[in-house]
Amino acid sequence: MIRVQAEDFNLGQEIAALHEGRRDVGALASFLGLVRDMAPNGADRPQDQAMTLEHYPGMTEKMLAEIDAEAHRRWPLQASLIIHRYGRLLPGDQIVLVACASPHRQAAFEACEFLMDWLKTKAPFWKLEEIAGQGHWVDARESDETAARRWNKADA
Amino acid sequence: MIQVLYFAWVRSGIGLDQETIETEATSLGALVEELRARSDKHSQTLADLSKLRLAVNQTFVDLDASIAPGDEVAIFPPMTGG
Repeated sequence: MIRVQAEDFNLGQEIAALHEGRRDVGALASFLGLVRDMAPNGADRPQDQAMTLEHYPGMTEKMLAEIDAEAHRRWPLQASLIIHRYGRLLPGDQIVLVACASPHRQAAFEACEFLMDWLKTKAPFWKLEEIAGQGHWVDARESDETAARRWNKADA
Repeated sequence: MIQVLYFAWVRSGIGLDQETIETEATSLGALVEELRARSDKHSQTLADLSKLRLAVNQTFVDLDASIAPGDEVAIFPPMTGG
């Protein structure tokens, strides 16, 4: 399931809903991404900081659905969930949740890593950091591209 | 007519989130050349395409992709979600 939303989400409820009513799930792995304190020197002034996430409505959902479908092709997943928020968030806020259910843990762990790695480089989201009234667009990181590429198939 | 969408610093650099372009261009490369000629902001923001990503009808493409009337073109920086 894919959700792109401004609203916050309840981690416990989302995880519970993913395996509710079924007894064949043996492993459920999840990743929760949070807004970090970005102030230099780790200065403790969250009131001056924000992270605004912009996205491309339509293409975002399309890309997340494609990434999710690819995870289901590669691993024996019984259920999966991607929630990504947009709008203005503050340090400590939840940004993204991916969760994968499978009979065994290896598939659940790997599929979560895959979903995050591909999401970061293929889903059209952009972060605008604000610190003390100064906004700047976060640069893409080469390490994210490298992480995404490790899932490329040799025959692809 | 082509609808062109801009996101993140491409949007703030050009000063528009989208615009409708009347064009005879049949390739994305030719369209980008026309966009660059529209204003100084366009030419500066779209100067280095190696820093940008391109999509036609919500699918990633390269500069040599063909375009047709009614297409939705999007130009934006590398993504930084997650």
